Amino acid sequence: MSHTTSPTSRPGVTTDRRDLPGTRLALARTVGLLAAIVVLAAVAVLSIGLGARPLSLPEVWHGLVERTSTTYPVVHELRLPRTLLGLLAGMALGLAGGVMQALTRNPLADPGLLGINSGASAAVASAILFLGVRTFPGYVWFALLGAAAVSVLVYVVGGGRGATPARLALAGAGLNAALYSYISAIMLLDTASLDRMRFWTLGSLASARTGTVLRLAPFIAVGVVVALALARPLNALALGDDSAKALGAHPARIRAAAVVAVTLLCGAATAACGPIVFVGLMVPHVVRTLSGPDLRWALPYCAVLAPALLLGADVLGRVLGRPGELEVGIVTCALGGPFFVHFVRRRHLAPA
Amino acid sequence: MIGRRRTGLGHRTVAVRAAGYSLRLRPRALAAGAAIAAVVLLATVVAIGSGEFPMSPVEVLRTLAGHGAPSEAFIVEQVRLPRAVTAVLAGGALGLAGAVFQSVVRNPLGSPDVLGFTGGAAAGALATIVLAGGGSLALPIGAVAGGVTTGVVIYALAWRRGVTGYRLVLVGIGVAAVLTGLNGYLLSRARIVDAQRAVLWLTGSLDGRGWGEALPLLGAMLLVAPLLLYGGRDVAMMEMGDELACALGIPVQRRRLLVLAGAVVLTSCAAAATGPVAFVALTGPQLARRLTGAPGPNLLASLGTGSALLVTADLAAQRVVPGHQLPAGVVTGVLGGGYLVWLLTTERKAGRL
Repeated sequence: MSHTTSPTSRPGVTTDRRDLPGTRLALARTVGLLAAIVVLAAVAVLSIGLGARPLSLPEVWHGLVERTSTTYPVVHELRLPRTLLGLLAGMALGLAGGVMQALTRNPLADPGLLGINSGASAAVASAILFLGVRTFPGYVWFALLGAAAVSVLVYVVGGGRGATPARLALAGAGLNAALYSYISAIMLLDTASLDRMRFWTLGSLASARTGTVLRLAPFIAVGVVVALALARPLNALALGDDSAKALGAHPARIRAAAVVAVTLLCGAATAACGPIVFVGLMVPHVVRTLSGPDLRWALPYCAVLAPALLLGADVLGRVLGRPGELEVGIVTCALGGPFFVHFVRRRHLAPA
Repeated sequence: MIGRRRTGLGHRTVAVRAAGYSLRLRPRALAAGAAIAAVVLLATVVAIGSGEFPMSPVEVLRTLAGHGAPSEAFIVEQVRLPRAVTAVLAGGALGLAGAVFQSVVRNPLGSPDVLGFTGGAAAGALATIVLAGGGSLALPIGAVAGGVTTGVVIYALAWRRGVTGYRLVLVGIGVAAVLTGLNGYLLSRARIVDAQRAVLWLTGSLDGRGWGEALPLLGAMLLVAPLLLYGGRDVAMMEMGDELACALGIPVQRRRLLVLAGAVVLTSCAAAATGPVAFVALTGPQLARRLTGAPGPNLLASLGTGSALLVTADLAAQRVVPGHQLPAGVVTGVLGGGYLVWLLTTERKAGRL
């Protein structure tokens, strides 16, 4: 290894950056991120290829690129919007989970478990019943409103000094129960609503259309940008408000921005797909074992691995549910529940 | 001097001593208990008297005593009385079970509906509706089986050299989330007619409940409630902490298993009779605690407040939208939801959350 010396170097002291452990770690993490992107691409291709009519890899490629190929309509009208929706929704839920876990300093924070997705669903259900709203552009604003209301409540409730993981989780579970009974009441009042809502509340990518995806993208894009920009400030907040202030951060502003990010991400994702649980819980945990607690790495990893998980769950649902499909929300529940219980049993979380 | 003086009734304990025995009484708790019982009776009488053929309370009492007109007697005995009795029993079961859970978990939010036990009963009932058509016998059996199975699973998963309230909460939340997904799946696979029936059942309602529901529930209550009330003293002492309770001679794990098992059975039976009514198990014990001002789980008072809540909720649900009978679960859900939000913010401010 050649030693490159800087003008201020002293003899005998190496300043080769490749020797510094921090750089090696950064290199490892970059490689890991690239590998994660490759995994995501592979899952996305699988998602495009699998379905009622399985497509091989060349067919997928031709379907994506050549207008005149026979698979073009299938890919562009059905598979691609679905895959893109899964990508956007997965990214949104994973990032929201990462931000929430950092914000509440609670390893059990998940936008589904804490009731945020239920808040968005309850708002959408109300819109469907009382205002007759039928399409995504209509109910995305209600979903954002519902998600915002519950996010603020959860942040208010969970931001105290005595807020242990169990207490916050219990508050979220209580809110979930309340909102779910409200949604059931709405389903009772109108059979047509019931028929729509009982599929929608499962969380599914089946309603993907190109228009939906295009309308979803701006919300998710803004949310992703805000969330990634919060990585450094949230790092500062990790040691407590006082340390954060000493480091020059503004805790109240950071929290407000985090709530905005979570609202945008969860509200938009729930409006498009219905409430999907456990993605925001599982992904940040897995990511932390790969990237460590530094959010500047953890959040990008979440943004890449969460869509991989969601698309993988969707593919699994399509495979298991042949000839129909098993909704992705059910698959994530079936995967996430045991994960959650296993995690709770293994870790010694501070007692109440 | 004319004025008001705070007598501090809530903290006063009166000791009655006679012939070598002594009994400690709390005047406020006794007064509150009597008031709750009176409210339950009054609400029941009013509930029996209301409906398409309204009857005054005097007429109701006369009919119950056997001196009413035959048509009135039929309505009261076959339709309204069993409904009211079911409401009282189911509400009492939920209140009692809720008090036990909240005490074991040491958190006012730890009620069986939040921790997944009610969701298990719902899953069992939904499975019988979707898979087997859900006859009037299969449904309650499915609910009880589902609830008890879920209770066993949650307990087993939370067991790690013993069960602590903390782990029970976390495992319960995880299982509740999975059951929500499962129930959603079952609902989506049902035919629309079954789905409608299922959602109606899931909301919790007293509509059409007769002696077929009331009598089994009465049996369950007579068997289980005395056990829980007997274990109530130990439950109060366990609130002080496991080590202290153990030092006081209480077999902590065994008592905890016993009271939790009893509470799960009561919850499942109540769900089998009326469907999973939300939030009675959460609000009843809290209300009882605030009324009696006494420490400990307040089991008997919670039984009373649970009954009062469900009977009045059913009454309100029948009246609130004219011409349309809502299920009682809607009223408890809405009011309970509002109460939950209030509870969260006040507990947070008090630093207890």
